[in-house]
Amino acid sequence: MLKMPALDEGVLARRDRIVADLRAIVPGEGVIDSEAGRRAYECDALTAYRQMPMVVVLPSTTDQVAQVLRYCRDNGIKVVPRGAGTGLSGSALPLGDGVLLAMGKFNRILEIDYDNRVVVCQPGVTNLGITTAVQGDGFYYAPDPSSQIACTIGGNVAENSGGVHCLKYGVTTNNVLGVELVTIDGEVLRIGGKHLDADAYDLLGVIVGSEGLLGVVTEVTVRILRKPDTARAVLLGFPSVEQGGACVAAIISAGIIPGGMEMMDKPAIVAAEAFVHANYPLDVESLLIVELDGPAAEVEELIGSVEEIARAHGAVYARTSESEEERLRFWAGRKSAFPAVGRIGPDYYCMDGTIPRRRLPEVLRRMYELADSYGLRLANVFHAGDGNLHPLILYDASKPGDTERAESFGADILRLCVEVGGVLTGEHGVGVEKRDLMGAMFGEADLAQQQRLKCAFDPGGLLNPGKVFPVLHRCAELGRMHVRRGELPFPELPRF
Amino acid sequence: MTETFKPADAAQLREVVAWAAAEEIPLDLAGSGTKRGYGRPVQARHAVDLSAISGILAYEPEELILTAAAATPMAEIEAAISAKGQMLAFEPVDLSALLGAAAGGGTIGGALACGISGPRRVKAGAARDHLLGFHAVSGRGEIFKAGSKVVKNVTGYDLPKIFCGSLGTLGAMTEVTVKVLPAPPKARTVLLFGLDVAAAVRAMTDALNSPFEVSGAALLPASIAARSAIDMVRAAGASVVALRIEGTPASVAARCSGLRALLAGRAPDEELHSMRSRRLWVEIRDVGALLPDAAAALWRVSVPPAAAPAITAALPGDWFLDWGGGLIWIAVPPGTEAEATRIRGAVAAAGTGGHATLLRAPASLRAGIDVFHPQPAALARLSARVKESFDPKRILNPGRLYAGV
Repeated sequence: MLKMPALDEGVLARRDRIVADLRAIVPGEGVIDSEAGRRAYECDALTAYRQMPMVVVLPSTTDQVAQVLRYCRDNGIKVVPRGAGTGLSGSALPLGDGVLLAMGKFNRILEIDYDNRVVVCQPGVTNLGITTAVQGDGFYYAPDPSSQIACTIGGNVAENSGGVHCLKYGVTTNNVLGVELVTIDGEVLRIGGKHLDADAYDLLGVIVGSEGLLGVVTEVTVRILRKPDTARAVLLGFPSVEQGGACVAAIISAGIIPGGMEMMDKPAIVAAEAFVHANYPLDVESLLIVELDGPAAEVEELIGSVEEIARAHGAVYARTSESEEERLRFWAGRKSAFPAVGRIGPDYYCMDGTIPRRRLPEVLRRMYELADSYGLRLANVFHAGDGNLHPLILYDASKPGDTERAESFGADILRLCVEVGGVLTGEHGVGVEKRDLMGAMFGEADLAQQQRLKCAFDPGGLLNPGKVFPVLHRCAELGRMHVRRGELPFPELPRF
Repeated sequence: MTETFKPADAAQLREVVAWAAAEEIPLDLAGSGTKRGYGRPVQARHAVDLSAISGILAYEPEELILTAAAATPMAEIEAAISAKGQMLAFEPVDLSALLGAAAGGGTIGGALACGISGPRRVKAGAARDHLLGFHAVSGRGEIFKAGSKVVKNVTGYDLPKIFCGSLGTLGAMTEVTVKVLPAPPKARTVLLFGLDVAAAVRAMTDALNSPFEVSGAALLPASIAARSAIDMVRAAGASVVALRIEGTPASVAARCSGLRALLAGRAPDEELHSMRSRRLWVEIRDVGALLPDAAAALWRVSVPPAAAPAITAALPGDWFLDWGGGLIWIAVPPGTEAEATRIRGAVAAAGTGGHATLLRAPASLRAGIDVFHPQPAALARLSARVKESFDPKRILNPGRLYAGV
């Protein structure tokens, strides 16, 4: 059972008053306190965890956000920011005694500036919405999470979202140049902008990926890129996972950074083929989609190199897309892998660890051993270029104990990722899902230092408490130093 | 400074910092010290020489990562990765010559702590985009780690970002893990001659907005171009726009001709190949050959690229543009606050944001004016709190970034 911060009974007792005060800041339908209205916000895409928020607030101006946050600070009320609620780690899980600050009304693109290659927009604009706004002129926004049709840029900033093209083009943090951030004190800060580097401390760098724990973003400036001339994909099948993995390493060793490089194992191939009929070969153990994009001359050259490398590494199936339609069909199976696996589930739980790629065969073998010992089925899709695994655990939530087994299995997988030198999450965030596993990756000193940084932004600990960090400490406690005055030890230390 | 400590490893460094924290004694941290002249002068009682904390710890080309002790010489890193056909894609700037040190003497930790990126920033990202993880000793005298040793990670706050450019004011890094990428086998540079600033920035914008994947875009005004060691640039007798294209041979050739066709008719053009192209971008990256007056104060101005024509029109002294206009290097006689006011005034007047940093000047001038761009009060307060969250006694390079930080 997930342990969340203790409910503040004092706040709950003042709920009616708080709702009235918030209505004075955000009039009309911007404050939702009815049970039915709040129900829509009780979870994000990690649906295993649900909690009704005390009240939902939908501000429409930066000034309202500032007033709401200042009010919450003055009255000791917790705040959970939320974008579209597509996050997979429970970062936007409400708190029963907290305000859920839903940023959906911030849905306007403010400026398209081709001369500086940026788009300035409000955080509630969808990821795909940015690309849609500029694609007519041949541009796009590079990070492309699978949920891009629904997820918002504000949520992407909070989670530092990735996508299939991030090996070559970077994740959110590499593509955001500035934000307007409202602090819990209600101060409106402009951090970064249209210029290319930070003036002093790179605060933007820690705000991106901070999962709503440092402030609320009310405006985002993103870099846009010119769409590559050409994109072609190669579909490669291998008789073993090892050979597929070795081919990936060889492609990168040859100096090729593909636009996308995805791997699927047999259970995922079979499920995807049954679902979308992408013409995937069914007699292979691993399938690789390698997409080359860029100037036509370069793509032509690189496709030849990739095909050659694949043959040398034992590929038993190779097909290069000859049309845009065929390229999209190659991707259709991969992009629908989650729902495809979901069909044979009936439920699935998606994990998100990253490992050093060379450990892939061992990690896959041990994951399947774990699957056997838990009596659960598993399918694997994998951002092969950067080592980001998405194991999908199949379970049946209607069976008693199955959900708990799936969660326990998932935690074992993530611990395995850390054990081989990897991390708990490559692109989905920690949220509540991996919160209690943070100790597997970070020591106490590491976590305390991260929390001290939070204290610099939010000394009262009111922004999204209960997420990311397994144990909540008061800032005063974290700031205390145990100093021992005296002579410098290490008398042998060289000094001049 | 009374004493210099030279710890051999992170454990010894921790002892030094813990002692200094207990005694509230400020420390001046440096790797090889080649960039000591950058930032505000530090008033420290003791110095810490980190140069013994050196050596490549792990290099896995096919995983695209390299882990090294923080004071490993950059030359050693470059040698190791270029032997495998890889590079640090942010194109680290060698400030040594500019700051009066021997060229090529810097460390990887120093390059990251200064966070200054080279011409390829426009395509490949900044220094901060390539630091994946680190170990450090905080100003509390505690060893901690952050980030990771894989190329894709969102677990916990992205502290590597804030350590880049922090100039040793948050912690002393002892180990860094960086992302390394394949180095392009071939590079060429398309040159355009005689464009005025507005037309040059327009051409650079059109090039960067083209599908030809331009990885460097600079404008050298005529008087600056005349200082280049590259004959075709030096002899131009006019301003020179340089547009770099990197990749495989066939791709580079095709993209260069595509780019020249796109820009045809705007100005006479030429192409620089291989060695001469490479040397021109080293000149642009390291600045000193193009702005050689060692007595001049040197400013580094980061702005939205399209603002460059308006800002340069209001500037004193010699200047040239990198990053398609987004980076302005300016050399002015080291006078008083007047130049700072004028340069920052020009950035403010453009009204589109950005900042100006005094990269090199006599210590007396750096002590007297804001070396880094003054921040609005609320942001300055947050920066001070961030500093204290790592270094509550303010003992690590105190005042190097801002007075009191």
